[in-house]
Formats: sequence, C-alpha cells, structure tokens
Amino acid sequence: MMKFRFRRQGADPQREKLKQELFAFNKTVEHGFPNQPSALAFDPELRIMAIGTRSGAVKIYGAPGVEFTGLHRDAATVTQMHFLPGQGRLLTLLDDSSLHLWEIVHHNGCAHLEEALSFQLPSRPGFDGASTPSSLTRVTVVLLLAAGDIAALGTEGGSIYFLDVTTLALLERQTLSPDEILRSVPDDYRCGKALGPVESLQGHLRDPTKILIGYSRGLLVIWNQAAQCVDHVFLGNQQLESLCWGRNSGTIISSHSDGSYAIWPMNTGSSPTLQPSVATVPYGPFPCKAINKILWRNCESGGHFIIFSGGMPRASYGDRHCVSVLRAETLVTLDFTSRIIDFFTVHSTRPEDEFDDPQALAVLLEEELVVLDLQTPGWPSVPAPYLAPLHSSAITCSAHVANVPAKLWARIVSAGEQQSPQPISSASNWPITGGRNLAQEPSQRGLLLTGHEDGTVRFWDASGVALRPLYKLSTAGLFQTDCEHADSLAQAAEDDWPPFRKVGCFDPYSDDPRLGVQKVALCKYTAQMVVAGTAGQVLVLELNDVPTEQAVSVASVDLLQDREGFTWKGHERLSPRAGPLPWPAGFQPRVLVQCLPPAAVTAVTLHAEWSLVAFGTSHGFGLFDYQRKSPVLARCTLHPNDSLAMEGPLSRVKSLKKSLRQSFRRIRKSRVSGKKRIANANSKLQEANAQLAEQACPHDIEMTPVQRRIEPRSADDSLSGVVRCLYFADTFLRDAAHHGPTMWAGTNSGSVFAYALEVPAAVAGGEKRPERAVEAVLGKEVQLMHRAPVVAIAVLDGRGRPLPEPYEASRDLAQAPDMQGGHAVLIASEEQFKVFTLPKVSAKTKFKLTAHEGCRVRKVALATFASVACEDYAETCLACLTNLGDVHVFSVPGLRPQVHYSCIRKEDISGIASCVFTRHGQGFYLISPSEFERFSLSARNITEPLCSLDISWPRDATRARVQESPKLSQANGNPSIILAPQNCDRSPDLTHKGADTPEPPEATLSPMSIDSATSADTTLDTTGDVTVEDVKDFLGSSEESERNLRNLTEDEAHTCTILIK
Amino acid sequence: MNRGHRHGAGSGCLGTMEVKSKFGAEFRRFSLERSKPGRFEEFYGLLQHVHKIPNVDVLVGYADVHGDLLPINNDDNYHKAVSTANPLLRIFIQKKEEADYSAFGTDTLIKKKNVLTNVLRPDNHRKKPHIVISMPQDFRPVSSIIDVDILPETHRRVRLYKYGTEKPLGFYIRDGSSVRVTPHGLEKVPGIFISRLVPGGLAQSTGLLAVNDEVLEVNGIEVSGKSLDQVTDMMIANSRNLIITVRPANQRNNVVRNSRASGSSGQSTDNSLLGCPQPMEPSFEPEDEDSDEDDVVIEDNGVPQQIPKAVPEAESLESLTQIELSFESGQNGLIPSRGLSLAPTAGGTDSEFETRAPDQKLLEEDGTIITL
Repeated sequence: MMKFRFRRQGADPQREKLKQELFAFNKTVEHGFPNQPSALAFDPELRIMAIGTRSGAVKIYGAPGVEFTGLHRDAATVTQMHFLPGQGRLLTLLDDSSLHLWEIVHHNGCAHLEEALSFQLPSRPGFDGASTPSSLTRVTVVLLLAAGDIAALGTEGGSIYFLDVTTLALLERQTLSPDEILRSVPDDYRCGKALGPVESLQGHLRDPTKILIGYSRGLLVIWNQAAQCVDHVFLGNQQLESLCWGRNSGTIISSHSDGSYAIWPMNTGSSPTLQPSVATVPYGPFPCKAINKILWRNCESGGHFIIFSGGMPRASYGDRHCVSVLRAETLVTLDFTSRIIDFFTVHSTRPEDEFDDPQALAVLLEEELVVLDLQTPGWPSVPAPYLAPLHSSAITCSAHVANVPAKLWARIVSAGEQQSPQPISSASNWPITGGRNLAQEPSQRGLLLTGHEDGTVRFWDASGVALRPLYKLSTAGLFQTDCEHADSLAQAAEDDWPPFRKVGCFDPYSDDPRLGVQKVALCKYTAQMVVAGTAGQVLVLELNDVPTEQAVSVASVDLLQDREGFTWKGHERLSPRAGPLPWPAGFQPRVLVQCLPPAAVTAVTLHAEWSLVAFGTSHGFGLFDYQRKSPVLARCTLHPNDSLAMEGPLSRVKSLKKSLRQSFRRIRKSRVSGKKRIANANSKLQEANAQLAEQACPHDIEMTPVQRRIEPRSADDSLSGVVRCLYFADTFLRDAAHHGPTMWAGTNSGSVFAYALEVPAAVAGGEKRPERAVEAVLGKEVQLMHRAPVVAIAVLDGRGRPLPEPYEASRDLAQAPDMQGGHAVLIASEEQFKVFTLPKVSAKTKFKLTAHEGCRVRKVALATFASVACEDYAETCLACLTNLGDVHVFSVPGLRPQVHYSCIRKEDISGIASCVFTRHGQGFYLISPSEFERFSLSARNITEPLCSLDISWPRDATRARVQESPKLSQANGNPSIILAPQNCDRSPDLTHKGADTPEPPEATLSPMSIDSATSADTTLDTTGDVTVEDVKDFLGSSEESERNLRNLTEDEAHTCTILIK
Repeated sequence: MNRGHRHGAGSGCLGTMEVKSKFGAEFRRFSLERSKPGRFEEFYGLLQHVHKIPNVDVLVGYADVHGDLLPINNDDNYHKAVSTANPLLRIFIQKKEEADYSAFGTDTLIKKKNVLTNVLRPDNHRKKPHIVISMPQDFRPVSSIIDVDILPETHRRVRLYKYGTEKPLGFYIRDGSSVRVTPHGLEKVPGIFISRLVPGGLAQSTGLLAVNDEVLEVNGIEVSGKSLDQVTDMMIANSRNLIITVRPANQRNNVVRNSRASGSSGQSTDNSLLGCPQPMEPSFEPEDEDSDEDDVVIEDNGVPQQIPKAVPEAESLESLTQIELSFESGQNGLIPSRGLSLAPTAGGTDSEFETRAPDQKLLEEDGTIITL
C-alpha cells in the first residue's frame, strides 16, 4: 500500500547518468576567519602561514587562493605548530599530548595537506620506567633543530626530550634532565628549588648546535647539543614567560610574569651571568600583567624592534588585548578587540644576513588576523586579502548575486578603495605570498552581500577561493541612534599613555539593535539596492561614484490600514536625521520608506525596471514607487485573532543594555556551540557509551516527558500574517492574452496574494518611465489548505523556466522568456512545492515534502545546473534546504526529486538559517560566527582551492601514510562525514572534474554521453503524466470551454490520482 | 388481532403500551409488551404486516416526548422509543422512495407542527434540501480501521478524517522504546508512541487509538529512524487525511480473522462514531489521498473557489482566447458558469467556505477589491 509513491521513478539509466553529470555534492572551501584559533606558525622560506584551531583544524594560507585544510582525527586543541622550513611539512602538538606531522603533497599537479605521521607521547607516570629519571609530562614548548630533523620538546617537568621528526620516534638517550643542568648552576642559586617547567626553547640561526633553554624559575641556559654541555648560564630570578635570541648572538631578551623584560649580554666567560644589562617594566611603575611573548628584531637602518604582547598595567588596562611595538623612541600600543593568540614577524631568516629587517608583523587574534607593515612609516595595517572577519558585527542576513556585470564590479571595487585609506597596492604589501594559485580566473563574478547587526552591508568578492572584502555600506549614518555620545566620550577619556592605537575591525557591539539589517536586494544592472532593517526601515540606495551631500526623502507606509484594536508594543522607529547629509562615494540613499508599525522587515524585493520596491513585515506588505516617491499599496495580512502579532512579539522592547547583554550572550553562546562541536567530534565512543548507559536505564519509558501535539494548523495560529516572500513578475494574471507586471506576496499562513500592477511603460529609449501613478489591483488570492508558510514564489515561462531578472530580457542579457506558452507559478511552502497554471490557477504538479520525509523547507532557490559532459546542456532545478540540514534538488516544473544530500547537521540551527544558494548550484552557510562553508550541488560549477607549492623535500616520499587526510574541505565539517571512506576517495577525482580544468575529462568527449544528455532532455520535458492523460480539446465556443472547466471540477477526484507522484 | 391489541390497551394493563402507527392516511393501532418489545426487525415486520405493505421499503419514525420526529432503524432506538413512549407510541411510516429526510431530527416543539404536516403530506417538498441526519449513507466517516486483510493481526491501521470542523484531532505523541525480535535476539529500538488523548477529541472519540499505542507508519511511511519532530511534521502535514498504523498497547481487541484464506476486504471492520452500519470503506485508494488538495483561489471578482486540478496543457492560441472570453463574461456576471464551477462537489466544501469567512470580511474592509 502506498508503495506507488516510493517507486523509484528514475530507474531510467540515462536519466541516472545525466543526474551524475549535473549534480554532485561537495563542500569545497571555508571562507572567513577560522573559529577559535589556538596556534599560529609561519614558514619564512615558503612564505606560508598555518593557523590551528581548538577543534583540531589546521589551515595553511599562502598567496590569495592558496589554501590547505586538514583536520586532526581527534578534535583536540592545536596548541603549537612548527613548520619544517621549506619542506611544506608542519609539526603540530595537540592538547591531548599527541604530535602530528602534516605534509603538503602533490596529487595530479595540485597540492593537498595530508597527515603523514602521528605520535602519542607516552603518558605519565614515567614512560620507560628506570631509564628516564623524570616522567614525560605535558609538553610545554617545541623547538625544531637541525633543519627540522630533530625536535626538542620542553616539558612541564623540566626535562627536554628529543624526537626524530622523520619517524616521530623519541631519541631516548639524549633526554636532558634538569638535574644535568643544575650541575652547572652555582649552589646558592640551586637552594633545593626545582627549575620548573621549560618555558622557552630557542635555537640560534647561525649556530645550530646551541639551544637556549629558559626555565620557569628564570634560569636561562645555553646548551651545546653537539658537545652535550652547558655553554653558559644566566641566573635570572624572575618568573620567565618568553625568550628571544638575537641574530648576532649578542643579546638574549627575556620577558617575565611581572610585566618586565630583560636584556642579557652574551659574554663568553664561563662564569654565570648574574644580572641582565637592561631590565625594565615598560608600563610600570604600577603592577603589570605578564609579557607573554617577546621578539627582538634588528634592522639594517639601525636600532631594533622589540615587540611584545601583554605587560599592561594590571589595574587600569589589565583587560586590554595589546601588542606593543617599540623601536628606538617610538612605542605604539596596538589595542585589539579580542584576545591575542600569537604573533610573528616576517623577516629575513637567512643565516648569512646581518640583519633581521622585519617587513611585517602578523598578529593572530581570537577573532581576526591583523598584519602591520613595519617598513612603511607609521606601521599601517595591511588589508588582508582573505581571512576576513565576517563577523566583525554579527551577520543577520546574506544574499548572493551571480554574474555581476564588469562595470558594476569595477564601480563597487573603486568605491571600496576610496573607503579604505590604504594605498591600493595591498597585494604587494601582503607578506604571506607562498604557493601558486592554479585555479583559473573565475568565469563570472559573484558577489556575496552580508547584512550585519550594526546596520552595515558588506560586499564580498565570492568569485574565488579567497573571500575578499570589496566594500562596506553603512546605513547607521542616516539615523539618530541612542548611543552616539558614547563613542566620543570614550575617545576623550583615553589618556596619552599608553599610546593606544585601535587596530582591527572586529566590533561585535551594536550601537542600536534597530539598525540591524534584515533583508538585502541588489539590482546588478542598475546598481540600485534596497536594505531593510529591524525597525521597519526600507532604504533604497543607488551607487554613485562621487561623494554628494543630499537629503533623503522619507515616506511612511501604514501596514495596519486602520486595523482596530491594535497597539504596537515593540520598539520605536528610527528617526532619520534631517537636512542634507554628506555621503561618500558608493551606495547613497535615495528614499527611506518607514513601515508602520516599525516591526522588522521580513521580506523585500526590488524591481529596478519598474522602480518599485515591495516590503513586508509581520503585519502586512506594501509597494512603493521610488521614482515618484509615492506609496502604491499597503495591505494588512493580520488575522483578526492573531493577538500575538498584534502586540509585536518579534520585536520586544529592547534597551541598549539588554542588547549589549545579548551580544555578550551570543558571543558566549557561539563559543559554547563551538565547544559542543568539538565534543561531538571528539568522543564518538563516549557518546556511544553514554547511549548504552541510557538504554540500560530501567525507567526508560518514564524518561521521555517530551511530547508533541498533533493538530492541523488553523487559520488563527499566531504570526499567521508574517509576510514571508515577495516577488515581481511579468506574467499573465488576469487573462491569457495580456501579460503585465504583477506582484506576489506569500504569508506565514499559506496565503498568496497576487496583484496586477499598472506600470506606465517607459518611452522607447528612455530610462525613466513617465510620471504617472502606478496602480495595483488584487488579481488573485490563493489559500493553501495546508496553511504552511509560503517561503518562495516564482513564475515559470512557457518552457518551464523561471522568468529572467529585471532588465535581463530587455537588455538582451538573458534569453527572453517564452510568453506564448502558458505560464505557471511555483509556490514553495514549508511543506509542499506546487506548480499552478496561470492565469487560471489550477494545480499542475506538486511534491509533498513534509508528508513524505517528515522534514520542512527552510531555504529554497531556483538554480541552473550545467552538465559536466556537455557544454551547452543545463537544467533549472529547485534546490531546497530542509530543517534536517539536507539539501534536495527537484526538477522544475515536474517537481520530481532528483538528488538529496545531507549537508548541515540538523542541530546546527544557525547554519541552516544562514544558508544561501547561488544561481549556479552553489551555496554558503555559516559553520561558525566567522566562517562560511561553501558547497556546491553542481557537478560542473565548483569553487575549490587548486594550488601548488614549491617544496624542497629531498627525503623519501614512499613512506606509508598513517592516514589519508580527511577531505580538504571538511576541517570544520561534520565528523561523521570524515569517517566515511568514500569522501576521501572522491577528492582526487574531484580536482580532475573541477569546473575550471582547461581540458575536459575524456568522458565528456565521448559521443555516448552527449547522446544521453539529449535524450534525457526529452524525458525531462514531459512534465509528469498529468498533462498527457488530461489533454482535452479546447474547442471553439466558450460554452465548450466552460463545460470543460466544469468537467475538471467534477473530475477532481479522478485527476488527482494522476497528480500524485 | 387488531381488536385484541386494542382491547388490551384499553384495559390499561401496565405491561402493555398502545402504539398508533400511521402510513399515508391510514392509522393502525396496536399494543406492545413494554417489558419485551422484541427486536427491531420483528417490529418492522409487524408494521409491514399491520399496514399490509409486506414488500415496501419504509422508513419508520416516532414522535418523542419533545415532539421531534426521530427515526427507528435499529434495536437501540427502537428500545429507546418504546421505553420513552408515554403513554402512546406514535409511529410514522414513509415509503423510502418518497421519504422526506428533512423531516427528521428537527429540534423544537415549534417545528412540531411543520414536521407533522410534512409527514402527513409527504408530497410537500417546499423546503430546501437540508442536511440529513440519521440516514446511515449520509454520515460522513470520522474514522475507520482499514487494510485489516493485509496487516498483521497485531497492527491496526486507523484512518482519521479531519473536516474543517472545530473538533481537534486531539492526540499527542512521544518518544519511547519498544522491544523487537531481531536476528540477534530481542532488541530495544526507539519508537514513537501516543502519549495522550485529548478528551472530546477526534482521536479519543473513535476509540481506535489509545495511550501507549506505538506508531509504526504515517500515511504509508514508516516512522522508524525518524525523529519525534519529523513524525510530528508528517502527521500535521497529513492531518486532513491521517492514516496511522499502530501497534495497540492493548492487544486484546484485535480483529481476529476467521480464516486466513479469505483475504478479501470483506474482513475489514468499520467503526464509526455512532456505531451505525456504514457503507464499506474500501481499502484506501490514491483517489482520496489528496483530500487536502483543495486550495482556494479568490479571483479578482472576489469569489473564492476550489482550485481545480490540472488544466489541459496543449492549449492553442485560439483556446487561450476562448478561456479569456469566458473569464470576462464570468466577471461581468452574465454567464452562470462561474456559479456552476462553484457548486460544492463534496460535503467538505462547505466547511472550506466557512473557514474562508474571516478573510472575506477582511477583503470587504479593503473596500476596493472584493465583496462577497
């Protein structure tokens, strides 16, 4: 029974083959800044940088587009990373005391990061019993010796172990215990106290036999590894934090927990050095925090840099995250907004050079990476071409614009350049330039727009692997917000000392929650956009290449339409500033439409050709003619019984304090969720055990108090009036002979309103239409009986393709829609997809997703899927993301399921909510507050890193690999996927199939595949058995057609059997 | 015989009761043993006999204490009629083919006169057709047990019909675990269970579902491996025609098949609210799978209508203009075609219109667009 539903319709082998050529699921690249970074490393020879995270991910970055990603099998925090210089190998230490060796290897000409070896340090108590006097406890520091062949491991117990890196085996006999060191220390220093953990191990650039060892107690020792003896001893007494050994072996600089640093002279005498030559507390005299890390770099031009983190006066600035850069008399205290993880300088590391000559300072913070140019006076920061902190303010919405015209692209880039004060040649200043990007120039420009909580919209170049910031639009300037004085006050309160300089852009604290951007739409042909926000503000903007000063006209639209008994208890509207305001080059506001009541805008759409913008809130929707600056329509969608919406539950009154608290909470939450993920990945076994334990529980029936009510949705469920989607189309709404502008709106309760618009036609050649009023007449109102929220509406032309965007047809940028055949409207609700004919609304095809799969639609988009086998063949399909995190693809208009993949963990609600599809079968979703995962559903259109690296690595490469690396892309992904073997298998083959490989794979040339493509084309075009069975002759008289219509109604029960898929 | 009865009644004996039966213009009087009324079939035969209409199908009704005309068609209401008759049981008999169903079940004493005149003059059909109660074929089913022949005896497939009424479906589900026999022996597997029935809800009133019944399938789709939320969504999505297969917690009321050989649907049992015999509900077919398909469209003239199913695809340009013509005339209200397409085709239609009512009011408020 009911089996007919599940019969696989696609037993057709040709269709199956075509599906393989059209669809393939890959998570390709992670954009943005790694969540919760924990370690940093830099290879000065290859000029590549590695960032390790608390979830065990390793990400290596070189030149823009050069990216490698790996994930440790155990999701433990990466505590240290060290490059084997020039070898493309990386030694990582995790907090579970395991060491891992990663290698960049080339497959098919492309480099990948793979884990080669791993080594679990023997756990305490004392490995190997007698031979080692002290146990190998936690490793505190790692130093690579002898060009990376040997690693010295400093431990908490004070011993130093040596490890053969090529095999990751301990060299047991060489272990250096603190007792041995203590023998060279004067008795009065010893006084029975232990030396403490090894805090620092430093090698010398020119003399690889020597190691500088710093113990926590303050003792510094130069150990001669070749002679196995102590060369020199510095009897420091201050608790040590960090060490740096100057290039010309003349200086050793140590930093301490009391906020001081000391410079030790190197005299060759054998007697221990008792006192440093310089000891200073830079931010004294009051108690200071520890200086965690210190670097000493000398310069050819004289002098030296001392760069250190921390050391701030404990009482007054103890909470600041600072890195101080000191050169001669110049001191700059870089004041960051998030915790400092680590920093390094890019400088010469050739032993024969006299000077370090640092070019740049890179500081890894918890939330961003900041690079300063140390060669340019003033040490300006260098804009990063990647690793952009997407979450500098929380992302509230995102949108993708595909195929951006070159002209608009250039204008946006130029507006962005005018915004940032930096010189344009950022690419040449960027110091991390290793590797070559092999990916071809993207065939089209893709723009990712992110709306943020602080009212900004950021424009990102999403064409390639590196997500590059292009331009930032701020809407806050238009409004008077609560907390304007706060900033200026804070500025004034700042003292001259320490010489703080605010660096970085991570700023999660929103001025006013009402500024938050809810919806964004951009017309790529006219460079007009609409930004809609939390307080019901709808802002129409236009790109202008020159700064202007102009007043913005304000109009308000009452969406309640005098509905009785309503009181808005939500926030106030934002009050716009009066008078002309200066606007920098870029998107400048033209009109502000204020929805009343000022509830958050839930849907917005723009039709630049008609100069119309439609917007919806939880109360209703409106249509505004922004050319004439006059409202056209306002319609209340509130259900009379919907008391919740009446009082504005979506926008409770929020004080600034509250919003701040919430921001904090969100940050904390993001942390927590990150940790959860670690836990998930980490402890499969533990979870399983826990489940076993739960099952063993005797009272399992009583254990589940969770129950769900089974009740159909009724008309007066709360929030039924929320407008979920708006859509403009030129189609047949009223009769089959005349098409014209229409506007569609879908609500939370399954209502669809369709309006016929009377838009005065533009004079031929003229840009603007004549100054006549636009009129809107309700044409149709459809109530879906299942009452699920309508998430998307799209009109399909006579060939079953979605209508082109505004201007695409009129400017010959897209194939003109087929206006001859009957149009159809696709209405996607959270539960079902349905295609209705137009203008007579009758059900054509449908798919009941929720009834079949028990999942609900979260995001839906029409996308074009191009075939890998045939250049010209493409299909338009409906891609949909469900609340379970699965992605389904359906044919259009047949609505037949094609493929489905599991994409996002169903618990990852923010990931699912943030998902955005592109027009060409890719998508983005947030895997952390700061990272977008990019995925592709298309077999052809894949954006993934393809790069190579020149590695000088002479040793045998034939060693058996411990572990195939998890697929490149899944550093932060679902761990369950990593365990699946087929993912690994796919990766080499993938790169082969990549969209941009210059030569198509041989399969594409075989005539058979092309054959199958065409034949499948015909099968696709039968839009279900529906129509074939049901063709009725429409004969001459109107009576006849009426009778047919009547037949149809009578035959309802009959036809629906055919409809079912 | 008639005499005898009459005599008995006149004697005022406590054990008997006078019956006055009317068919057409004829009256018959007889008496019954109040304590031993017998079965309805016997009474029916007696009536046919006393009126001398042995082969005529008739409807039997009686006037109750409130003067309402109520039907007698089974033992229960027959006994009720006998027990409440005071002192006289007045029986009205109509030929089935001429029956005026509307006469039955009207509610008030005020209407009594009309009722009686209607019954007295059965040709009088001046009243509009009325929702008919009491005739079994006119009940709409609210639930049924289906597919008894193809399911294991331990399972029960229940179909709940939700019309646009106020009566809630009225049940809750929860997670739980059940024991299954697997190749590896007994195993505990997660399952979905009914956790609560709302008093007065559809689920409870059918008596076919009970707390702790395990839900195995929803509209033909197995729930194993699905989360509670998924199953909830599936049930709600199917709520207008919900078919759930359960393993009842109480296995004593299972349908026991007489012979395994006869696997016909004749074994299906039906159960309805009033316990009246019903037309057999066939094992459910794709035909009614789409009872929720009745999305409503309001055209620009403001008349809501059900969305028809498919429309022929291959329309020529000519036919398009034809459609357009018909539509324009429809908008002018000249051609009654619109009205025809509007005519409710099923009982469910009415309720859909009812549910639309608030929105129609809303439209009226807009003034410009729609009036109903």
